[in-house]
Amino acid sequence: MSPRRIRFWFVLHKWSGLVPTAFLLMLCLTGLPLIFHDEIDAAFGTDYEATLAGPPSADMAANAGSVGLPLDAIMDRALADHPGQVPLFMAFSQDSPLTTVTLGPRPDAEVGDMTLLNYDRTTGRALGSVAGDGLMDVILGLHTDMLLGRWGMYFLGAMGGLFVVSLVSGTVLYAPFMRRLRFGRLRGAGATGRSAKRQLDRHNLVGIATLGWALAIGVTGAINAFADPLTESWRDGEVAAMTAAYAGEAPLDPARYGSLDTAMASARAALPGRSPQFIGFPGGGWSSGHHYAIFFQGDRPLTRNLLTPALVDARTGTLTDARTMPAVNQALMLSKPLHFGDYGGLPLKLVWAALTCALIWVLWSGIALWLRPRRGGREHRLRTWRALVSTPA
Amino acid sequence: MSARKAPSQSLARVFAWPLALFATSLAGLVLGLTGDGWEDVFAVALLAAAPFAIAAAWARRDRPRPSTRPERSTAP
Repeated sequence: MSPRRIRFWFVLHKWSGLVPTAFLLMLCLTGLPLIFHDEIDAAFGTDYEATLAGPPSADMAANAGSVGLPLDAIMDRALADHPGQVPLFMAFSQDSPLTTVTLGPRPDAEVGDMTLLNYDRTTGRALGSVAGDGLMDVILGLHTDMLLGRWGMYFLGAMGGLFVVSLVSGTVLYAPFMRRLRFGRLRGAGATGRSAKRQLDRHNLVGIATLGWALAIGVTGAINAFADPLTESWRDGEVAAMTAAYAGEAPLDPARYGSLDTAMASARAALPGRSPQFIGFPGGGWSSGHHYAIFFQGDRPLTRNLLTPALVDARTGTLTDARTMPAVNQALMLSKPLHFGDYGGLPLKLVWAALTCALIWVLWSGIALWLRPRRGGREHRLRTWRALVSTPA
Repeated sequence: MSARKAPSQSLARVFAWPLALFATSLAGLVLGLTGDGWEDVFAVALLAAAPFAIAAAWARRDRPRPSTRPERSTAP
């Protein structure tokens, strides 16, 4: 590689790394507790998935009426407890009888106006509302959008994009920097102190060793940042096409919503053998103005993360259409587990945390390397840099 | 610099280990996502290869291998 080309990649790596570093450090630090959100929730006694005994609420939907309460009974209870509200979502658990009902003042209510209520589907017992302002929620908010809403999300997505650029440019630079060093060699060992070589070698080693994981985290994080517009484009494109026959009608009044159990039965008949995850109600972000959008997950580990919606006329309970989501939305759904590392039990989470700590180290050593050669001016910097590239010891 | 220059390695050699770790990490990520049970165990093992490689290099740093190069010693 010619010195000019090395210089180009060096400058690219430097700035694509330095610009997002502060935000990436924040994402790493907030991401660490989020990896263990299940365990933390369980420790503070808010994990109904672990404490509620009984068959999964998603399964009960298969034989509504015989085991557990009908969906309509749960919804009636929620609405009776919160007069004036309208239903927005109903979500099911694959592990426990937990059923979560989301209500809001209007069908298109913002997240901040929503009320989340937990119910035990076996007995119909109300388990209280989900606060949504605990420490873990604040950490998740910081990690998602720095509590700045949609633009904060896009901004962090852009930082994720820059992070991917720094990973690629760092990999390109790895070749000239390491051509005289075997893998894993850390120069400046022993009592030589905190030499630039030692810092650089560690930065290179940890960076290149974690590349695969870091690339996956960066790309999936950037995709997740654009979840809202991707879901909107699905609703305005595919859902609109599936429900074209309703295009001229006014949105359905919540007072005229029909039976959830009838709708669920129609959807199950269209997608047999699958388990429902949640129902998006008419007029919200996940459905049309006239349909219950019932989202089913697949029955294999991979397809469990991929949702297929069945759109059921909310007034009559008859199926309108059921289609798999477009590729870009499927990529979004797969990005979530790949980003959070919560799909392989506690051992995977521990490795995820170790990799996150390694990434924090790379970011930190990157800053240290940037600060170090600033003493002594440009000539000194160039000399140091040249020496680092060419000497083995 | 007084040290003798080590021979330049080919690109394939420089990237042999990084490529192996890259493939191992990605295989771990995908395997964990597509399977349950033993797949998850393998996924963890594959993904743990990267932190393990870092730890191995770190540990070796403190116990350098005997060098073939003449030591710059003060002894006569």
